[in-house]
Amino acid sequence: MSNKYTEDDLREELKTKEYEYGFYTDIESETFPNGLNEDIVRAISKKKEEPQWMTDWRLEAFKVWKDMTEPEWANVHYQKPDFQAISYYSAPNSKPKYDSIDEVDPELLATFEKLGISLDEQKKLAGVAMDVVVDSVSVATTFKKTLAEKGIIFMSISEAIKEHPELVKKYIGTVVPQKDNFYAALNSAVFSDGSFCYIPKGVRCPMELSTYFRINQAGTGQFERTLVIADEGSYVSYLEGCTAPSRDENQLHAAVVELIALDDAEIKYSTVQNWYPGNAEGKGGVYNFVTKRGLCETNAKISWTQVETGSAVTWKYPSCILKGDNSVGEFYSIAVTNNYQQADTGTKMIHLGKNTKSTIISKGISAGKSQNSYRGLVQISSRADNARNFSQCDSLLMGNECGAHTFPYIEAKNKSAQIEHEATTSKIGEDQIFYCNQRGIDTEKAIALIVNGFSKEVLNKLPMEFAVEAQKLLEISLEGSVG
Amino acid sequence: MDLKDKLISSFMAFENTVNNETPVHDVRSEAMKSFEDKGFPSKRDEAWKYTSLNTVLKHDYSVFPKQENALEYRDIKKYFIHDIDTYKVVFVDGKYSSHLSQTTHDGIDVCLMSAALTKPKYRLMIENYFNKAATKDSLSSLNTAFSQEGAYIHIPKNKVVEKPIQIIHFSTGNESALLLQPRNLIVVDENSHVQIIERHQSLTDHPVLTNSVTEVFANKRAIVDYYKIQNDKQSASLVDHTFIKQKRESHASVHTFSFGGQLTRNNLNFYQEGERIDSTLKGVTIIGDKQHVDHNTLVHHIEPNCESHQDYKGIFADKSTGVFNGKVVVDKIAQKTNAFQANNNILLSDKASINTKPQLEIFADDVKCSHGCTIGQLDESAMFYMRSRGIPEKEAKALLMFAFSNNVLDSVKIPEIKQRITKIIANKLGVNIGFNL
Repeated sequence: MSNKYTEDDLREELKTKEYEYGFYTDIESETFPNGLNEDIVRAISKKKEEPQWMTDWRLEAFKVWKDMTEPEWANVHYQKPDFQAISYYSAPNSKPKYDSIDEVDPELLATFEKLGISLDEQKKLAGVAMDVVVDSVSVATTFKKTLAEKGIIFMSISEAIKEHPELVKKYIGTVVPQKDNFYAALNSAVFSDGSFCYIPKGVRCPMELSTYFRINQAGTGQFERTLVIADEGSYVSYLEGCTAPSRDENQLHAAVVELIALDDAEIKYSTVQNWYPGNAEGKGGVYNFVTKRGLCETNAKISWTQVETGSAVTWKYPSCILKGDNSVGEFYSIAVTNNYQQADTGTKMIHLGKNTKSTIISKGISAGKSQNSYRGLVQISSRADNARNFSQCDSLLMGNECGAHTFPYIEAKNKSAQIEHEATTSKIGEDQIFYCNQRGIDTEKAIALIVNGFSKEVLNKLPMEFAVEAQKLLEISLEGSVG
Repeated sequence: MDLKDKLISSFMAFENTVNNETPVHDVRSEAMKSFEDKGFPSKRDEAWKYTSLNTVLKHDYSVFPKQENALEYRDIKKYFIHDIDTYKVVFVDGKYSSHLSQTTHDGIDVCLMSAALTKPKYRLMIENYFNKAATKDSLSSLNTAFSQEGAYIHIPKNKVVEKPIQIIHFSTGNESALLLQPRNLIVVDENSHVQIIERHQSLTDHPVLTNSVTEVFANKRAIVDYYKIQNDKQSASLVDHTFIKQKRESHASVHTFSFGGQLTRNNLNFYQEGERIDSTLKGVTIIGDKQHVDHNTLVHHIEPNCESHQDYKGIFADKSTGVFNGKVVVDKIAQKTNAFQANNNILLSDKASINTKPQLEIFADDVKCSHGCTIGQLDESAMFYMRSRGIPEKEAKALLMFAFSNNVLDSVKIPEIKQRITKIIANKLGVNIGFNL
C-alpha cells in the first residue's frame, strides 16, 4: 500500500475528522502506525468488525494496562520494549481468505518451505487440521468440514467473535482476566487474532488440532489469543508450533491461552516453540511473554507439554487451576537455551478441589552463555483434601558460562496434602561421552543422544509428529555448543 | 511515634554514650543510614514474602532497659546445659551478668563484645573482622548500628577448646516491651576447634523482640559447631542472623532447634571462601498454636571442591506456619561442588500451613546439586503397626515424629544437648518417653 501513515498524519486526522465511534483509520492499510492509545484499540476492534461488547472489553483492558508496570521479578535481563514503538496490527499482503491452498500467496508458501513445514506436508500428516496464522490473520483453514460434522468449532477467534459471540463472551477472560498481569492486559487490549476451539459434550476430537504461528513482518508485535473450551466429557489434543525467520530487531510476543475443561473433559495442549533466539552474539531474537492457564472442573484433566528452544527471552508459566474435585493437572516441559538466550519458565498448580492431582516434570538444558530458570508454584488450599503433587526439575549444564536456576514455591495449607519436590543439576558425564566415542559416535552426536535420553520423559508425552520435530529441534538448538 | 522513628532518635542518644573516635563509629552510622533508607522489611520483599513482622513491630519497645535485674542461678539453671562444665557468657536484659557467667582469657578469649569494641588490644581484630561478614539488609544494619554488647570469642591457632561455650540472653520483663540487639563475634583461627550453644530466653509475658547478629569466621582447617536452642515463651520473638565465613578446609555446622516463640526468623548465611570446605545446616522445627518459624538459608559456593549439606525437618500443628527458604548459589569457578538440600515437613492440622522455596542458582557445570522437599503426614500403616501392638496413639505419633527428626539429632556432637532436645521434644509432644532408641 502506498498511503504510508505517520504519527503526524494521525494527529492531523484526529484534528480534522469528526469524532466518529473512536476515530477513523484507513481500513485498507496493512499496518497500523506505531504506538498504542485508546484509538488504536478501537481501530483494531473496528478493523476486525467486532461487536460493541468486544470493543468495550478491549478498552477496559487497555485502561487497566495503562496503570500497570512491567514485572521485574523474573530472572531475565533485557532491553524493555518500547510499547509506543510497536505497530499493533498487521495483515499479510493479499486478502481475502482462501478456500484452498493453491490460492495462498506463493511467497508465503516458499517461506513455509524454507522453514521445513510446508503446508502440503502438514496436510499429509495423518489427520492434522491446520489453522495457519500468518501475522495475525488466518489464511488457510483445512479439515473444517470433518470437524463441523462432529459439531466441533475450530476457527480463528475473530471469526468466532462474529459467529459464536455467546461462547466467546461467556468464556473469554474467565481464566486469564484482563488485569491478570501486564502482558495479559496488553494482549486483551490489542489481540489481533488467534484460535478458538469448542468441543461439544461427549465428543472426542478425531484429530489433533494444530495451529502454526509465525511472526513475519518486521516490527510487528504478535498478540495471539487462544481459547479452547472442552465441554463435559469431551477430549481434544491441541498442538501449537512456532517458528520465525531471522530478524535483527527484537520482536515482542505476548500471547494469552485460555483452556477450559468442563466436567470430565480432557485437554492436551502441546507446544513446540522455536522462535528466532537471536544470533550467537545475543543480538535480536523474539521476546516471548506468554500467559497460559487452564481451568479444570470436576474430574477434568489438563495436560501441558512444551518444548521451548527459541526466543531470546522467555517468560512463560502454563498453569492449571484445579477447581473441581478429582481434577488432574500435568506439566511436561523441556527448555533449551543456548548462546545468550534467557528462559524463566515453569508452571503453577493451584489445588482448590478435593483429591486433585498434579505432576510437574521440567527438564532444563543450558548451553553457551544462556540462563535457564525454572519457577513454579504448587499451592494447596485448605479445602483441597488429599491433594497430591509430584514435581521433578532436572537441569543439565553444558559449559561453564551458562546458569541453571530453580525457584520452586510450595505452599500447603491442608494436612492431608502430599507433596514431593526434587531437583537436580548436573552435567553430561565424561564417562557417558567416552562410552559413545569408543563406539564410534562422535561427541556432537553423543551429546544429542544423551540430551534426548535426558528429555525422553517429556518427549514421550508429545504427539508423534511433534516428537520427531522436537527431537530435531533439540539437536539443532545445541549445535556448536560442544567443547 | 512508630518504631522506626523511635529507633532513629534512640540512635542519636546512643551515639552520645559511646566513644565516637573509634572506627566502629563510622560502621554504626553507615549502618543506621542503611536502615533509615530501607526501613523494616515488608511482605513485598521477596525474602519476607511469607513472614510478616507487623504484629511483632506494633509494640512500643524500649531500646535501652533502664535498670538491671538480678537473677539467681538456681531459678534459671534449667535453661543452661548444666550437666557439663561450660564457659558461659550470660546477659540479662541486654546487660552482661558477671555472676552468672564464666569467661576466660586463658589462651583463648571468651569475653564481651563491649570490651572488644573499646579496648585497644582488640583493635586489630575488630578492624579485621567486625561487620565483615554481615550483609547490609535492613535488620542486620539496625543491629550493626546499635551493636555494643554480646559475646566476643577468639580462639587462636591450634587450640581445641576443651568445653563448650554457652551464650544465653535472658529478658526479665522490667520493661513493658523490650527490644534486644545482641551482637556476637566469633573468630576461630587455624586448626582450632570450638563448640557453641546459643539460647534466648524470656522470663516474662511481656513482649520481647530480639534482633541478633552473629558473625563467625572459621579460618583454615578450623572446626566450628554451633547449636541454637529456640524454645522461648509465646510472647517472645526472634530475628536471628548468623553469617559464617569459612576459609579452606574448615568445617562449620549450625543446628537450629525451634520449638518456641511467637515468631522466629533464622537467617543463616554461609560463605565458602576456600577449597574443600564443608558446611552443614540442620534444623528441627516443632511448633503449634499460632507460632511462626521461618528458616532462610543461603550457602554461597565461591571456590571449587566444597560441600554443603542442608537438612531441615518441620512438624506443624494447630494454626502454626512454617517457612523454609533455602538458597544455594554456585559461582562459575566453584566446580566440583556438592550441594545437598532437603526439607521435609509434616502438617498435623488443617489450620497449619507450610511455605517452602528451595532455590538453586548454579553457574558452574561440573557440580552435583540437588534439593528435595516433601510435605506429608504420618504413615498410617506405621501407626497401625504400633497401635496394634498396644502403643497408645499419642505415644505412637510421638515416636514417629521423633524418628522423623532423628536425622538431624544424629549429627549433634554433644550428648547432653541431644538429651536436652529429646526431652524438649517429648515435652512438646506431651508424652513421657525417653526416646532412648
